[in-house]
Amino acid sequence: MAESKIASPTFLEEIEEESGQKVRICYQCGKCSAGCPVGYAMDLLPNQVMRLVQLGLKDEVLSCATVWLCASCETCATRCPRQIEIVRVMDVLRRRSSSEGYGSPVREVPIFVSTFIGNLKHFGRLYEAGFVAIYNLLSGHLTKDLDKAPMMLRKRKLALLPPRIKGISKIRAMMKKAEEIEKR
Amino acid sequence: MRYAFYPGCSLESSASEYRISTERIAAALGIELDEIPEWICCGSTPAHMTGEILSLALPAYNLVLASRMKTEGVIVSCASCYSRLKHANFILKNDPRKQDLVAEVLGERYDGSVPVFHLLEVVVDLIDKPTFGELIKVDLGELKVASYYGCLLVRPPEVTDFDDPEDPQIMDRIVEALGAQTVAYNYKVECCGAALAFPQVEIVRKLSGDILQDAKDSGADIMLVACQLCHSNLDMRQRVIEKYIGVDLEIPVLYFTQLMGLAFGFGPGELGLEKHMIDVAPVLKRLRIRV
Repeated sequence: MAESKIASPTFLEEIEEESGQKVRICYQCGKCSAGCPVGYAMDLLPNQVMRLVQLGLKDEVLSCATVWLCASCETCATRCPRQIEIVRVMDVLRRRSSSEGYGSPVREVPIFVSTFIGNLKHFGRLYEAGFVAIYNLLSGHLTKDLDKAPMMLRKRKLALLPPRIKGISKIRAMMKKAEEIEKR
Repeated sequence: MRYAFYPGCSLESSASEYRISTERIAAALGIELDEIPEWICCGSTPAHMTGEILSLALPAYNLVLASRMKTEGVIVSCASCYSRLKHANFILKNDPRKQDLVAEVLGERYDGSVPVFHLLEVVVDLIDKPTFGELIKVDLGELKVASYYGCLLVRPPEVTDFDDPEDPQIMDRIVEALGAQTVAYNYKVECCGAALAFPQVEIVRKLSGDILQDAKDSGADIMLVACQLCHSNLDMRQRVIEKYIGVDLEIPVLYFTQLMGLAFGFGPGELGLEKHMIDVAPVLKRLRIRV
C-alpha cells in the first residue's frame, strides 16, 4: 500500500525565502540530474528534490540521503537553464533536516560537518591531525586512513602541532554570534 | 606587484609542498606575497552546510584583514578557499541585508569589494611577457600534461568569473607557455568527490578513479592540479583507487606551481615533490628530462 503523503502548504515559500532561490520556476528539465556526479548514489535525483519542494512534501525531502550526498560541486547550478543555485537550496534542506531532527540516512556526513566546525571553534584554523582523530572516533571508523598515517608522517605531510593564532576568543565569540543570528 | 596572501589551512599541513612551490615561483615571477596576519579558516563546505551567515562571516573576516594591507588584492591557492572568498564577495556585494547581518557578527562592515584572485589568474597574465620565457631553464617538450580544474575554480561562473566553466584553458595555456604539451580529455571539470573523502570514501574512489582513468587514456604522463583536496584524492588515494578499479594507473599528480618550478630549474626537493605518493621521477627520467 502506498504511504499517504501530506503536503506542507508553507514549505516551498520557506525554502525559497531561506535560500534566496526561486524553486517554483524549475520546469523539471532534468539537466541538474543528468550532470550530477553523485546522482548514481542518490535516493532522489536533484530534479526530484526540487519537485518535492515545489509540492511541499517536506517529510520526503528532509529525510532523503540526497541532500547529504551532494558534494556541492556546483555542476547543477552552472547548467540550470532557470539559473537556480541548487546548492543553496540543498544547504537549506540540510540545515532544516538537522534542526528539525529528521536524522541523516548518511550518518557520517553530519558528524564530518560538526567535527570540522568544532575544530575551527577551538583553533581558528583547521587542525588536520586533530580533526581526523576526532572524526574517526565519533564516526566509529577508527582505522579510516590510518594506513596513510606512516607515509604522511614520514613525508612530513601532516603538521602534528595545532595551529595557534592570536585573538582566538574573538573568533569564538564571532562564531557564536553567527549561530545566534542563524537561529532568529 | 604586491598581493595579500591567503594560504588556507591545508597549506600549513598536508599541502605544505603547494605552499613551498607557490613561494618559489611567485618570487621568480616578481609576485610579492604578503601573508594576511592572523588569518582564519574560510569555513569551507562545512560552514555553508551549517549556516549561511557563518559561511559569509569567516571569509569576510579575512577580507577585512586584507583590506587594511593596501595591496592589489588577495591571492588564494586553494580552490575551496577561493570559492568561499568569492562567494562572500558576490553575496555581500549584492545583498545589503546579508551585509548588515555579517556586520553584526564582525563588528564592522564589509561590502565585498576586496579583489580575490586564484594564483592561476595572476600567473596567466604574465606568460606573454618576454621575461617569462627567460625564466624557463628546462625543456619539458616531451611531457604530456592533463590539466585538471575540478569544481570550485570554475563554478558557478557568475560567482568565480574564472574561465569557461565547461572547458577552461587558463592552466593549459600556462602548461604550453612552459613548453610542455597539453592533452584533451573529458574529465577536466568533473568533481573528484572532494570532502566526501571522509564520510563517503567509496564515492571518491569512483569519481577520482574515472578522472584518473580518463587522463591516463588520453595519453597524459602527469596530471596538474590547483587544489589540495583534488591532490589528496588523486595522488594520496591513487593506490587504493587502482585496487578498486583494477587498473594500474601510476600517474603522478603535481601542483601547477611544482611544474612551473621544474621548468624554472628548481630541484624536486625545492618543490616538495618527495611528499607525493606517486613519484614523478620515473616519468621525468623516461622522457630524459633532467632537473
